[in-house]
Amino acid sequence: MSLETLAPLLLILPLAGFLVTALIGRRLGKQAHWIPVLGVFVVWLIAMGLVVNVLTGAAPLIEGSEETHGYAIALFQWIPAGEFVVDVGIYIDALTACLLIVVTTIGLLVHVYSIGYMSHDPGYWRFFAYLNLFMFSMLLLVLSDSWLVVFVAWELVGLSSYLLIGFWYRKRSAALAAKKAFIVNRVGDVGFALGIMAIFINTGAAGEATLDIRQSIEILLHEGNANPIPLFVVALLVFAGAMGKSAQFPLHVWLPDAMEGPTPVSALIHAATMVNAGVYLVARANPLFASAPDAMVIVAAVGIFTAILAASIAMTQTDIKRVLAYSTLSQLGYMFAALGVGAFTAAIFHLMTHGFFKGLLFLGSGSVIHAVHEEQDMRFMGGLSKKIKITYVTMLIGSVAIAGIPPLAGFFSKDEILGEAFKLHFEWVWAIGFVVAGLTAFYMFRLMGLTFWGEFRGPKAVWDKVHESPWVMTVPLILLAIPSVLLGMALGLPLGDSTIHHWLEPVFAEGVELLGHEEAAYTLFGIDGMLILTSVGIAAIGIAIAWALFGTDLAGLHLPARPERVRELSARIPFLYRASLNKWWFDELNHVLFIVIGGRLAAAMWWFDRNVVDGTVNAIGRTTMEAGVGLRQVQTGRVQNYALGIAIGLIVMAGSYLLLAGN
Amino acid sequence: MSVGDVPILSIIIFLPLVGALVVAILPSAYTRPAALAFALLTWVASLLLLLGYLPGRPGFQYEEVASWIPLFGIQYKVGVDGLSAAMVVLTTTLTWICILASFKPIQNRIKEYMIAFLVLEVGMVGVFLALDLFLFYIFWEIVLVPMYLIIGIWGGANRIYATVKFVLYTLVGSLLMLVAILATAFAFQSATGSWDGAFDFVRLREFAASPTGGFSDVLQLGAFLAFFLAFAIKVPMFPFHTWLPDAHTEAPTAGSVILAGVLLKLGGYGFIRFALPLFPDAAQTLAPAIIVLSLIAIIYGAIVALVQPDLKRLVAYSSVSHMGFVTLGIFVFNEQGTQGAILQMVNHGLITGALFLLVGVIYERTHDRTIAKMSGLAGRTPVYAAIFGFFVFASGGLPGLSGFVGEFLALVGTFAVSPAAAAIAALVMILGAGYLLYMFGRIVFGELSDFLAGLGDHLTDIEPVEILTLVPLATLVVIFGVQPGLLLELVQGTVDATVEAAAGGTAIAIGGEVIALIGGLVLLGVLARIGWALVHGESATGPASATAEGGAAH
Repeated sequence: MSLETLAPLLLILPLAGFLVTALIGRRLGKQAHWIPVLGVFVVWLIAMGLVVNVLTGAAPLIEGSEETHGYAIALFQWIPAGEFVVDVGIYIDALTACLLIVVTTIGLLVHVYSIGYMSHDPGYWRFFAYLNLFMFSMLLLVLSDSWLVVFVAWELVGLSSYLLIGFWYRKRSAALAAKKAFIVNRVGDVGFALGIMAIFINTGAAGEATLDIRQSIEILLHEGNANPIPLFVVALLVFAGAMGKSAQFPLHVWLPDAMEGPTPVSALIHAATMVNAGVYLVARANPLFASAPDAMVIVAAVGIFTAILAASIAMTQTDIKRVLAYSTLSQLGYMFAALGVGAFTAAIFHLMTHGFFKGLLFLGSGSVIHAVHEEQDMRFMGGLSKKIKITYVTMLIGSVAIAGIPPLAGFFSKDEILGEAFKLHFEWVWAIGFVVAGLTAFYMFRLMGLTFWGEFRGPKAVWDKVHESPWVMTVPLILLAIPSVLLGMALGLPLGDSTIHHWLEPVFAEGVELLGHEEAAYTLFGIDGMLILTSVGIAAIGIAIAWALFGTDLAGLHLPARPERVRELSARIPFLYRASLNKWWFDELNHVLFIVIGGRLAAAMWWFDRNVVDGTVNAIGRTTMEAGVGLRQVQTGRVQNYALGIAIGLIVMAGSYLLLAGN
Repeated sequence: MSVGDVPILSIIIFLPLVGALVVAILPSAYTRPAALAFALLTWVASLLLLLGYLPGRPGFQYEEVASWIPLFGIQYKVGVDGLSAAMVVLTTTLTWICILASFKPIQNRIKEYMIAFLVLEVGMVGVFLALDLFLFYIFWEIVLVPMYLIIGIWGGANRIYATVKFVLYTLVGSLLMLVAILATAFAFQSATGSWDGAFDFVRLREFAASPTGGFSDVLQLGAFLAFFLAFAIKVPMFPFHTWLPDAHTEAPTAGSVILAGVLLKLGGYGFIRFALPLFPDAAQTLAPAIIVLSLIAIIYGAIVALVQPDLKRLVAYSSVSHMGFVTLGIFVFNEQGTQGAILQMVNHGLITGALFLLVGVIYERTHDRTIAKMSGLAGRTPVYAAIFGFFVFASGGLPGLSGFVGEFLALVGTFAVSPAAAAIAALVMILGAGYLLYMFGRIVFGELSDFLAGLGDHLTDIEPVEILTLVPLATLVVIFGVQPGLLLELVQGTVDATVEAAAGGTAIAIGGEVIALIGGLVLLGVLARIGWALVHGESATGPASATAEGGAAH
């Protein structure tokens, strides 16, 4: 039995795990995790086997391709509606493999972590059922080879996200956050759905209607093919979907609120996997975007704007998970910026490294929250490094990694994005990204300072009970810390000719060719070295400022926190400070637009429905009735009156007959 | 068992009538089991029909013809194609579910109620199987009477107003349709010189499609408009929809289920079966206007649903929105559009029927349907909450469940004709999620509300019998969601015939500008009217507080 035949299990196992746990999980009680966790473990094993085969070239060549090694497995036909045929199949190439590494590894670790984190929750079984539903949906998303099936998965991850954000459904805020996430995502989904229709119509116009991703792109780009819907529009519609799922401005508002969900969910769905779906989608459709350069510029602009917007907000948030959420937005912005400038590989590289270190940071924050009695406000933390050592060290690794300090993972991928942006003559993207790098280092070490260093600021009773998490929670932290350190070196070296470039070259060859990049030779002591120095420099400055303001306790370096200095500085830039604190008032703006104005409009329409549409109907009814009452007067009951009526009627009829016949 | 040599269609039509007589004769103690037994028998008969039906063959199968009023060529003629087979099975399925669901809620005049329901089934099945226009009209009117009684006798506080409105409104449409049927028959008679076949749908369709024949433009336009009014009221299309929220709100649970599940489909069925094939030119001429009305229904129904304080009204307005996809899909005259319309008819019947059943479950316990009074059901009635969630997401078009495929196909069909129209209709993905999650989040999430907590032990989780009524619907929603091909294959013949009749196989072209222009003008008119009302001090804000948490953000 070859590995290929096991591939469908990647989908079947989590789906079965979901169904079984949903149906009988309640009865399993505290044992409910076994089926889901074991299922995901087997999924991880199979996925790793497939990934190794694909990336080492041991997998067979994909039919019709000369250089792409991978698997293409047809499963079944879903919709046979005339020309509109949707086949469900699995497609694994190097890009899918990269996503599989992130999704299955972090998925497995989060499942294990949840055994500890959720152990006291009455909805234990429900949580694992939802997690497996998410794994199924996410794997379907990355494995599928049809636009419409990707869309299905797109909606299903949205459903799992809704269920998990609203997991603690008694909390009104959680219920509202779940709804908000789903609806904001649906805004992007409208675009995506229309994009899929446009692709269907365009391929249909070429006489080969299809929804297969690779085939359809090939047809769309075929020379001389008059696409009824311009590719620029198609690309932007697809990008709209990506913006929703990956929370890019202005659809970013749902992600911070999504932190209402349990922390393992934040780590898995809202940091490491689902939010990457948009990046994956654009990367998957890279030739489509490459053939619409104007759309690429929009992608880059939206990405880099989100990066700086979110970073500016992260600087002042006091909720530990919200800082990480804005950080996620910001890093996703980097990835879109990379896609937009045409550095597809850099985007996927950053997707992978970010998945690991941000997953680590979120799980670490969960461990912190656990330790301080479900407190999330960093103003009531501090000095925790003394008590929860494993969490502290692993989170420190994560912070150094995201700050872009070599040789940790984040340095390689972020630097590649900035460097490529500069060299591909998107200097403005580089410049903004450069600033964001500094802000990132600053807010991450502000978080470290507030949480782990200095003195504890919460109640004494809490401090006395602070304890390290159980092993099921710390082991995943340690396991995630390893790639956070090594993954950059493993994939990003040697500089300029890295492993990940070799992997992904066939996937992005067409896109890069269409863009017509002239690849400048990599020179460590030339422009590339300069760029590395500047970005490491700005990160160091960001860290230094954070240390100066929020203190540090790092191996011999002791700086006290200086809250008065922070207050003084923020008072000097009151507008910027307030803007950051209030998240640039986007929630308020949306409230006015959609709740106040939209609500009024909807209420007015209902008024219109009752009083005008229905009012007309009732008025007609009333008039008819009144006319009936009026006509009743005619029925007098006197035979003479009726006889008169008959006589007049006869005369009129006879007269008109004569007149008409006479003509 | 072969169904080839028995008059299976007549059996399906008249079995419920026999049932009604039996129920009338039997002592009251046997009313419920007897009614359920006959509904189930009819259901089994319809399943046998489905098994015996051969989807590959064009035209009608199992035709039965008997002379009725030979002077005018009126016949008792019934036959089945894929579309009517699907609708008949939908009807028979929902009927037994409704009868079972009525066991507990209906406690007075049970016998009359069951008789009314069985007679209703006769009318509905008859409409879907009749191939003679006069017979069709008779069945069409038969439907009205029991429905009038069901709402008027077993309905809510304002039932008389609602049921009179329902009947009068529908009568206006159907009487005009009768005139149109007669006019068509006269036209056929004067063209062929014989009454033979003047009411026979198959003959009339042949006549309408013949290259030399066809009805005159004037007759087409007039007759189409009359048919249109009758069907548009039934669907219901904007602006003929206002009877629906009233009827739904006042009807007993099973009445709402059958109303949403089957009665609305009579309109969509009528368009596909009669209006389009018989008067194709008129349909072509009026299609842009109908498409615009459908778009308005889709968006307007969803927006108004957002601010409904009453569960049933919310689902009723969502029906207006969902049924907009049916008319939209039909009048874009292409394969995907028609397929989408038919799928949407079936799926809306299953999903909205289930939603009304679920609202009924809550109403049984609370005697209230006010959304604002309820919250926190997930903690108290978890099984109910889970099933409710399932159908809420099905209604919201979650892929993998059946609602998605129909809507998406209708959208694809629309996109082919006018991307702008498709873009407008697609907005319902957002609005639909808005009103559904507003409803779901409000009543299911949160802490148990004081009102519900005050009910104490009365607030029990969903019971096995209630689950039994929902399981078949949920099963079909999953099956048609994962394997829509089953349904698509069944109705392919109807789809082909309809598309061919309507446009000769070529897609009509409607400029996006036209749609945008007409839609914009209508919207402008609506807004102007609203503005006028606001200026004149009439309160238009209504229960705005209900929206406070109903929209996209909070």
